[in-house]
Amino acid sequence: MKEEWQGFKEGNWCTDIDVRDFIQKNYTEYLDDASFLRPCSKKTQKVWERCSVLLKEELKKGILDVDVDHVSGINSYDAGYIDKENEVIVGLQTDEPLKRIVNPYGGIRMVYNALGAYNYKLNPTIDKYFNEFRKTHNQGVFDAYTKDMRTARTVGLLTGLPDAYGRGRIIGDYRRVALYGIDFLMEKKALDRDNLTGVMTEELIRKREEVTEQYRALEEIKEMALKYGFDISRPAQNAKEAIQWTYFGYLASVKENNGAAMSLGRTSTFLDIYIERDMKKGILSEDEAQELIDQYVIKLRMVRHLRTPEYDELFSGDPTWVTESIGGVGLDGRSLVTKNSYRILHTLFNLGPAPEPNLTILWSTKLPENFKNYCAKVSIETDSIQYENDDIMRPIYGDDYAIACCVSAMKVGKQMQFFGARCNLAKALLYAINGGIDEVKNIKVLDGYQIMTDEVLDYDKVLNTYYKVLEDVASLYVDTMNIIHYMHDKYAYERGQMALHDTEVERLMAFGVAGLSVVADSLSAIKYARVKPIRNQDGISIDFEIEGDFPKYGNDDDRVDRIATSILEKFYKELCRHPLYRDAKHTLSVLTITSNVVYGEKTGATPDGRKATEPFAPGANPMHERDTSGALASLNSVAKIDYANCCRDGVSNTFSIIPNALGEDLPSRIENLVNILDGYFAQGAHHLNVNVLTRETLIDAMENPEKYPLLTIRVSGYAVRFNRLTRKQQQEVISRTFHSRR
Amino acid sequence: MIGSIDSIESLSSYDGPGIRAVVFLNECHLRCKYCHNPEMWLKKNNNITSDLLVEKIKRFKNYLLDNGGVTFSGGEPLLQPEFLISCCQKLKEVGFHIALDTAGVGIGQYEEILKYVDLIIFDVKYALSDGYKKLTGKSIDESEKFLEIANKMNKEFWIRQVIIPEVNDNQEYLVALSNYLKKINNITKIEFLPYHKLGSEKYERLGIPYPYKDKKEMDKETCDKLYNEFLKIYL
Repeated sequence: MKEEWQGFKEGNWCTDIDVRDFIQKNYTEYLDDASFLRPCSKKTQKVWERCSVLLKEELKKGILDVDVDHVSGINSYDAGYIDKENEVIVGLQTDEPLKRIVNPYGGIRMVYNALGAYNYKLNPTIDKYFNEFRKTHNQGVFDAYTKDMRTARTVGLLTGLPDAYGRGRIIGDYRRVALYGIDFLMEKKALDRDNLTGVMTEELIRKREEVTEQYRALEEIKEMALKYGFDISRPAQNAKEAIQWTYFGYLASVKENNGAAMSLGRTSTFLDIYIERDMKKGILSEDEAQELIDQYVIKLRMVRHLRTPEYDELFSGDPTWVTESIGGVGLDGRSLVTKNSYRILHTLFNLGPAPEPNLTILWSTKLPENFKNYCAKVSIETDSIQYENDDIMRPIYGDDYAIACCVSAMKVGKQMQFFGARCNLAKALLYAINGGIDEVKNIKVLDGYQIMTDEVLDYDKVLNTYYKVLEDVASLYVDTMNIIHYMHDKYAYERGQMALHDTEVERLMAFGVAGLSVVADSLSAIKYARVKPIRNQDGISIDFEIEGDFPKYGNDDDRVDRIATSILEKFYKELCRHPLYRDAKHTLSVLTITSNVVYGEKTGATPDGRKATEPFAPGANPMHERDTSGALASLNSVAKIDYANCCRDGVSNTFSIIPNALGEDLPSRIENLVNILDGYFAQGAHHLNVNVLTRETLIDAMENPEKYPLLTIRVSGYAVRFNRLTRKQQQEVISRTFHSRR
Repeated sequence: MIGSIDSIESLSSYDGPGIRAVVFLNECHLRCKYCHNPEMWLKKNNNITSDLLVEKIKRFKNYLLDNGGVTFSGGEPLLQPEFLISCCQKLKEVGFHIALDTAGVGIGQYEEILKYVDLIIFDVKYALSDGYKKLTGKSIDESEKFLEIANKMNKEFWIRQVIIPEVNDNQEYLVALSNYLKKINNITKIEFLPYHKLGSEKYERLGIPYPYKDKKEMDKETCDKLYNEFLKIYL
């Protein structure tokens, strides 16, 4: 046994890379309450004060600074500090806090646009390089895109595709750096490469090249850490090193990549093992442990990527989705809750609420009651955390998976995802009615459809045509994704992150949909009411007249809820009919993040009575104010969407309730929220964002932003500072259903 | 068995312990001047069977069985005794806690109904008969009958008293209320609710003149002060 492992229980993890085995053999489940938690240390306060000044300045200027003289890479930058003497965990993406990286591998155009918007100019040498000699992912994709794919992108049928920057949603197993040290990981990769022999097919050649790149990346991670004075070739030998090593692993990934979501994994219970060992030895106090975690979280809050202002507008601010998955239950029935699960949540009080890291509770009805209550309290007081159902994910992903981005589960270090953004289901429905012609841009998107001329829309006819449209769209969507990820692997391969995966990795390709509730209500209106299209001179339906009432999604009414679930089942089945690049597995999500506003802007009026340009509901949410039967009925509708057999990439639901509707005082609010979460998840629902606040607070915050500098709210799958939403997004959030007493 | 309901609210945290599903039944004989559910005054056509209602509520059992339950409100739930009994019987089989939000002005069968009821949320209206008649348009007698039976069965009570400016916001009333409540054995909670005008929009929509058009709302502070004074008298 290595010297650094003294005091740990041995197991398979000592010979093979098996972090799960290490955790299971060594963690200490914590069943008590939060009373042991400690406040922010002096050092942390100083570091965070410095950050707060910089963050304010950044907010004013848009971005604080960019390093235009270097190109992204694990070891491209000198060491940087926030406040060196008070930092107990160190490491920044560049040599200065909040100074952003230029990453042209995903696409040089995105770099130009972002730099241009903030009046920066790229170093001419780099410019020349990426224009004359080095092709990017973006160029590769557009070389291969067909005309149909370009059209689908232009009209907004497929949007948010990762074809112009990093794809993200890959989680390196950063814990491996702490547990094994880099040298051991390099030895293993060298061995793997030596075993990759046989007939040199394209697949095998690529694997050999990739593993060699991974090996090289590990070397770079080691060198990068050395710049900060740490030798991470060996395993971490105490808690401080374990956190520092793990963070270096993560830091390497955000130096090298600029993916939309750069998630952290499931680190807190792993790190608790080191903290417990140090405490037993008497070399670490609770105050010091909290200080380490607070400062770890500060670092995660300072991660930035260079984006265009349009990107920030779409996603409201500067999201990085440093998602950390907390809690859950192990296969042996013990919960994975440790003291460190509490400590990391407690950072929301020590440092104040914030969107990052994206703290995600893996909820199980079997979590310890004390921990459930603490989570509910954190939700009620900070609106900063989200919940995902461990009881439905564990059977699929085991007990060492983590969430990437908002809702995407994957086994840490064993699975990776090909991110695929989403398809606009509501627009697709309009194509069924309008003969495949886009209702906004007036261009033909799909061939082989007739414009419907019926005075009153016929349900069977619309549904059958819609199914055909979904078949065509699924085929186009799969082809598009295959091209994107082929090119991403070729031109912007994530060497460092993949070095922290098993060499034989399982790939998931994550498709997504937007506008589910619009489609469900539209089809319900056509079926149960009389829907008359109002057409322009070309016969395109530009509005709809509805006579009579119809069941609306969000009221626990099977008549319409079953429409929603059957559309998803149909679309998923169609996606699965098409083979995927590198034998990836098809997954599907119902998630919009904040893009539901932009999707709405790009979509004409729909048969449910939604007017042109009006926002969609986010994720799998019912449409605003149409869920009139109370909060539980609304939750029950969403809970009907099948995670295990259909939407394995996640079903996002955002739930806003006013404090008084939740209970008269904090203890009863906590108890009631726990019962809501248990009740919702016991039905197999997947995800819930919880906001406990009043509409008046949000209106006041919209009018007087200076009064609410820290107001954080959950949107679809992550949290944002309310002040960083656009006015239109703020209005959309305010117009959502706030469950209150009649 | 069929009955007439206005709606089901699937989440309330006011109408009994824990989180509740609340069923609003149509029809009420009282015409309380501050009523905020005037849309439920009149008898309407039956629109739901007890089986269907119970099926709908059972969909919420995962949320409600732990410490919450079902509350029947309205309108006056006591006015549909057979329907209410049928629903309660079936809900009890599932194990729901049942609360009844009532003014006690029904048409009998109280004992049979209360067999299934765990908690009575009793809206006092007015503790003295003259004032009661003035406020509600009906005699206090029927509610007294109800109270007597519930009391004999030793049912648990939560008491609600709306406090209205210049109607019952005075010392004498607090004394009267205290004497009135002393007749009830098993009270576990007393709440004073400040009168508010949130219901007035509904009157406009229904084309009914709002009786308290010129009445001021009761502020929360005064209401809390009165509550504390009341406790001194009552305890």
